[in-house]
Amino acid sequence: MIQVQNLKKTYGTITAVDDISFEVQKGDIIGFLGPNGAGKTTTMKILTCFLGATSGTASIGGFDVEKDSFEVRKRIGYLPENAPLYTDLDVLSFLRFIAEIRQIDTAKFASKIDEIIITCGLKSVLRRPISQLSKGFRQRVGLAQAMIHDPDVLILDEPTSGLDPNQIIEIRELIKRIGREKTVILSTHILPEVSATCSRAIIINRGKIIAQGTLDELSSMSKEYVYAKIRGDRSQIEEKLRSFGGAQSVEATGESDGFTMFKLHPVSGRRIAEDVFKLAVANGWSMSELKAEGASLEEVFTQLTRSGQ
Amino acid sequence: MKRFAAIFKKEFKSYFLSPIAYVYLFVFIGLTNWLFFKTFFISNQASMRAYFGVLPIIFLFFIPAVTMRLWSEEKKSGTIELLFTLPLQVVEVVLGKFLAAYAFLCISLIFSFSVPISVAMAGDPEWGPIIGGYAGAFFMGGAYLAIGIFISNLTENQIIAFILGVVITFGMYILGSPIVTFSLPNFAVPVFTFLGLGNHYDSISRGVIDSRDIIYYLSVMGVFVFLNIHFIENRKWR
Repeated sequence: MIQVQNLKKTYGTITAVDDISFEVQKGDIIGFLGPNGAGKTTTMKILTCFLGATSGTASIGGFDVEKDSFEVRKRIGYLPENAPLYTDLDVLSFLRFIAEIRQIDTAKFASKIDEIIITCGLKSVLRRPISQLSKGFRQRVGLAQAMIHDPDVLILDEPTSGLDPNQIIEIRELIKRIGREKTVILSTHILPEVSATCSRAIIINRGKIIAQGTLDELSSMSKEYVYAKIRGDRSQIEEKLRSFGGAQSVEATGESDGFTMFKLHPVSGRRIAEDVFKLAVANGWSMSELKAEGASLEEVFTQLTRSGQ
Repeated sequence: MKRFAAIFKKEFKSYFLSPIAYVYLFVFIGLTNWLFFKTFFISNQASMRAYFGVLPIIFLFFIPAVTMRLWSEEKKSGTIELLFTLPLQVVEVVLGKFLAAYAFLCISLIFSFSVPISVAMAGDPEWGPIIGGYAGAFFMGGAYLAIGIFISNLTENQIIAFILGVVITFGMYILGSPIVTFSLPNFAVPVFTFLGLGNHYDSISRGVIDSRDIIYYLSVMGVFVFLNIHFIENRKWR
């Protein structure tokens, strides 16, 4: 559905997007993940034909964003960063304006608008000027505007920014529902957002893609740790944990009520939680907690984005 | 055509959705009427020559005020990103904005009909120069508008757009007047006289409607509308 090849964008001497390539299949919800200033917004602006690339190509639905810009723009719905809207119009006239430009006829608009109002929760503000709306409602108007013509591809730049936690959950549900039939690219620097809504993620930093894949694939790129909370003499336990052969490193990370929390980094490919349990039984240690934890997306993200600096 | 109509409708409506339109109309009508009637009873003549004499100067401030927000506001608020990621041709947007501003100018001119009506009630004016004056205002106003919109596209700051608009239209207005032409070599004088925005207006508003003057104004509009389109289309691929 979306193909990006060796895309590069420079502003003067600054390289915002540095030779990135990726593909998005129909029905995917892709999370575009990266710290602020990583090049997410620039990439989206190129995909939506607002900016031209310095070099490389991008196409949506087989249409090149530069050569067939008009065809691309017909097929996408775009929510720019901060949801800019014509604030002197009221919500309904704004959506009607977009529908007129998108050449949706009056009868179709009448039926579509009801659906959009419900999905985006705009019923209560329909006649209010956009200038009077809160950030959350503006964001929803922005989403409504992007979906009114049933686009094949939705490109959403930070769709949940400025929303309160309840609204965030609503919008995520909405995006997931849309993603069943459509292709969605959303950018964010909030990691749980990707875990909550996306099927795949692309991690971008300083204009380069540093990792991409399904969420499981990304998580497996990082290490797993075993945590054990054990009561007893700290240095003695640490010594034993280190010497049984399964752990590369052992670290005491905290202490409470006489229990010490140990963080073990297993030798690669080995599952050591059971070994730790057996060790505790054999030595008669009392243990209040034992868990093996895969790296969260947060850790992968931090590891990947920090290492490049 | 439908998309052009949508832009035109939205832009025109936007004038009246905020207090701007009412403030403009009030100031424009108030100021022109005041300047006119101040001398009308003293001169004791049933003509609008004085009125059409001040109009180009009033337009110098009024028209950049009408056009200053047309692009700069889109840039400032980011809606330009929304606009140009919609399936629109640049020419549809530029013409939509230009003609919406033009329609607003026509409305202001219609509101100023109070002047000829009062003049007709007070005496028996010669209608030729009055019709000519309005025709001149219509064409010259259009040229100012095209310049103003073009300038609005150069900055995201409305105040700068306004000031630049005033300065540039003023420059073009006096281009053909003696202040400029007297210091020029002889061969350049007719060129500048032709290029100046003011001289054509003077002849039209005397009641002499010459097709060359109208073609001149239409060309100024055409050139600036074209430049506007050109600048926007080239913005993207830098």
